[in-house]
Amino acid sequence: MLASRVFSLVGRRSICTSLCLRAHGHAGVVKAEDYTLPVYVDRRDMPLPEVAFVRDLSAQQKALKEKEKASWTALSVDEKVELYRIKFNETYAEMNKGTNEWKTVLGGVLFFLGLSGVILIWQKHFMYGPIPHTFSEEWVSAQTKRMLDMRVNPVEGISAQWDYEKNEWKK
Amino acid sequence: MRRLLARRMKFHLFGAFFVSLGCAALYKFGIAEPRKRAYAEFYKNYDPMKDFETMKAAGVFECAPPK
Repeated sequence: MLASRVFSLVGRRSICTSLCLRAHGHAGVVKAEDYTLPVYVDRRDMPLPEVAFVRDLSAQQKALKEKEKASWTALSVDEKVELYRIKFNETYAEMNKGTNEWKTVLGGVLFFLGLSGVILIWQKHFMYGPIPHTFSEEWVSAQTKRMLDMRVNPVEGISAQWDYEKNEWKK
Repeated sequence: MRRLLARRMKFHLFGAFFVSLGCAALYKFGIAEPRKRAYAEFYKNYDPMKDFETMKAAGVFECAPPK
């Protein structure tokens, strides 16, 4: 309620957007911003884009456009190509052509993987302390023996790989 | 560009069907069947009491010492 009172006090006129402010100097017609106009796109599934590629034609191109209004058999091949290039940016062949970007991507990925590897090696060498004693040879073999005695994973796992008769790993 | 979507869709529909079928078949005959066979083999001649005695002798049971 109060807000509407303030609104009427201030007056609707003075609440303008910047575009409106600009329009006040141009007889009330706002120039359309570029981003509001239809754009040209090179897309496989859009054969006829909304606008032609070349927006502002040179004098030569304007003359060609005039010639286009007459019979098309009078046009030379070069003129036809020029008319095409006015209307479109890339041909379908150019559009669908692959690039060599994948090499850059692959190279970048491998480079950063290598860099991470270097960092990890540096860390292991200079930063980390000793590993726990439970990773020593004796401990691991005693651990494995206990696992086999307990018959851990006897169907498909570790105990299935051990030959209990011959007391060795299965071949 | 004629029938672009139809062509692409047909290709991908077939592809998806056969790829998923292939994955399922691969899993069944690569993993599931061998696993079932391994379990059948294991339990064919399994004697739990003998297994218990050997484990007991090895000394892994806290409540059933080797003696």
